[in-house]
Amino acid sequence: MTTHAHHLPNVASRLKDATGIALVSLLLGVPMIGLKTVDAGGALAIATRWPWLLAFVATMFVGRLVLQFVLDHVKLNKAKRARTRPEIGATRPWLKWIGYAVVGFALVLPIAFSGNRYVVDTATTVLIYVMLGWGLNVVVGLAGLLDLGYVAFYAVGAYTYGLLSTHFGWGFWETLPVAGAAAATFGVILGWPTLRLRGDYLAIVTLGFGEIIRLILVNWTDFSGGPNGIGSIPRPTFFGLPFSPDSDAGPTFASFFHLEYSPEHRVMFLYYLILVLALLTNLFVSRMRKLPVGLAWEAVREDEVACKALGMNVTNVKLSAFAIGAMLGGFAGVFFAARQGFISPESFVFSESATILAIVVLGGMGSQLGVVIASVLLVLLPELGRDFSEYRMLMFGAAMILIMVWRPGGLIAHREPTYRLGKQGAKA
Amino acid sequence: MSTMLEYSGVHAYYGAIHALRGVDLVVNEGEIVTLIGANGAGKSTLMMTLFGKPTASSGQIRFQGDDITRTQTHKISREGIALVPEGRRIFQRMTVMENLQMGATFADKANFDADLKRMFEMFPILEKRQQQRAGTLSGGEQQMLAIARALMGRPKLLLLDEPSLGLAPLYIKQVFKIIKELNTRDKMTILLVEQNAHHALKVAHRAYVLQHGEIVLTGTGEELLASAEVRAAYLEGSH
Repeated sequence: MTTHAHHLPNVASRLKDATGIALVSLLLGVPMIGLKTVDAGGALAIATRWPWLLAFVATMFVGRLVLQFVLDHVKLNKAKRARTRPEIGATRPWLKWIGYAVVGFALVLPIAFSGNRYVVDTATTVLIYVMLGWGLNVVVGLAGLLDLGYVAFYAVGAYTYGLLSTHFGWGFWETLPVAGAAAATFGVILGWPTLRLRGDYLAIVTLGFGEIIRLILVNWTDFSGGPNGIGSIPRPTFFGLPFSPDSDAGPTFASFFHLEYSPEHRVMFLYYLILVLALLTNLFVSRMRKLPVGLAWEAVREDEVACKALGMNVTNVKLSAFAIGAMLGGFAGVFFAARQGFISPESFVFSESATILAIVVLGGMGSQLGVVIASVLLVLLPELGRDFSEYRMLMFGAAMILIMVWRPGGLIAHREPTYRLGKQGAKA
Repeated sequence: MSTMLEYSGVHAYYGAIHALRGVDLVVNEGEIVTLIGANGAGKSTLMMTLFGKPTASSGQIRFQGDDITRTQTHKISREGIALVPEGRRIFQRMTVMENLQMGATFADKANFDADLKRMFEMFPILEKRQQQRAGTLSGGEQQMLAIARALMGRPKLLLLDEPSLGLAPLYIKQVFKIIKELNTRDKMTILLVEQNAHHALKVAHRAYVLQHGEIVLTGTGEELLASAEVRAAYLEGSH
């Protein structure tokens, strides 16, 4: 019976509710709208605007009814969906196809928009966030550890490349594993003492860690260049062929392939580079999820006590998630440094951590495709809002709230089982 | 009959509370031993000291003759002790199959398929629901899953903490039937902590009554079922 009442909210109660709102608006409206001070020959006089007030109260009354109607329907739909949700953890083959379609689109994007550097540049930015999102997804989505300082590992990766390349002439590809290892080491250093903490406490400590790394970079001028950052970081080369105009220094990418030099080559190369890195990350994380360690991450997220009872060393499981998440962040950092050619602590502030976390949460914790969609949204929304920039953040916030209202589990809340028996699974 | 598990003079504190006051308890191989007691008597603490949570402040716990009083939590279960924790604690958002896989983390991989088949024979409902999210199972089914998950590790000693808590009468019956079956057919040694004294004493070979952290009574299951003290304290009003 209660569910029935939920279906059809009582008209009388809705009217009563709207009348209440109308009364409140009347009370507020009398001084704010109903009365107005006017200048009557040097003295202040009070004029009344009762029709305005009436209109205001009426708007409130109708508005409340409409709002309630909409909210009821949202609720109703949600309840309906919850009831029809299949009990069996069915696979969603179409999700996989969407995934392939997205990869296909990503592959042809720079060709389709070859004349448009802005599009390719923005897409590269999206891909950096996708990669960071996938990395953080291991920590937050799979292992369930709230990390508010993820950007620190991004910074470690970026500065590792920045320093090694400018001081010792290391190339992009040599630095990549070293930077990954450095970031993972930092992950373990942070994780070792703190992973005993839970939830909010861990979040605060990771937040602090993120700030410590940034403050060290700002203040240790001899080491990191301080607030001036590190400039003229070498750009990645195409297996040793630089993307530069023809010179006597040796063959360049353009001269080697007998192409006309164009600065766009590098933009496209960077795009494909991050695409490959991101796809490798995806492959790596998907494989990990199916291994015992990946299952253990999720089990720890679900219930630590049960994990201990099953003989798992929970601290080690969490550490591995932290280290791998940090390593992936480090890889993304190397790419970032190589792409920008200049890094400074400005790029690694808390709001970056918050954005990456928002991508993971909005996308649906643990969902790889969800991270892609959320990254596109979170990078594109502010870009699209450039024309009315003062409302940008407002729109951004509203969009995030709406998504969380409609899809509290994230855009893609579906979780693909990692293991199934061929025939039996289909039969069940 | 060799001794599987032995507590001798175990004291433990839960914060400032002196939860166990010199407990002596023995579980022999092949036995079902039941521990009954009121809320807060220290039943769960007794079981958790085995896992070092909390660690016994004095006294000794031995498993198959080895002192495990101060062994690390995660190593204890690998010795061959499986716990079905109170409140089931299955992995809600993972599938039934994944829950079972987690149970077999430290077991020999070669046994996995055979063990899985055995579990599906014992709990047919789990086979039907193997791809379902564990959180969508009913309470009784979740309890079956929790037991099956523990058994996937091929333990020598199975600890059950309040397995009948919050279950429908039909499932309570089934849980005790399975406990009995595991013991008679698979020779599983079981330590059972229960508030449902009536059922628990009926399946137990021997039983202990815990009160304010002390063992106040011990005997065979039938003896305790017949004891006036036990009847007055734990069986009145229960079925």
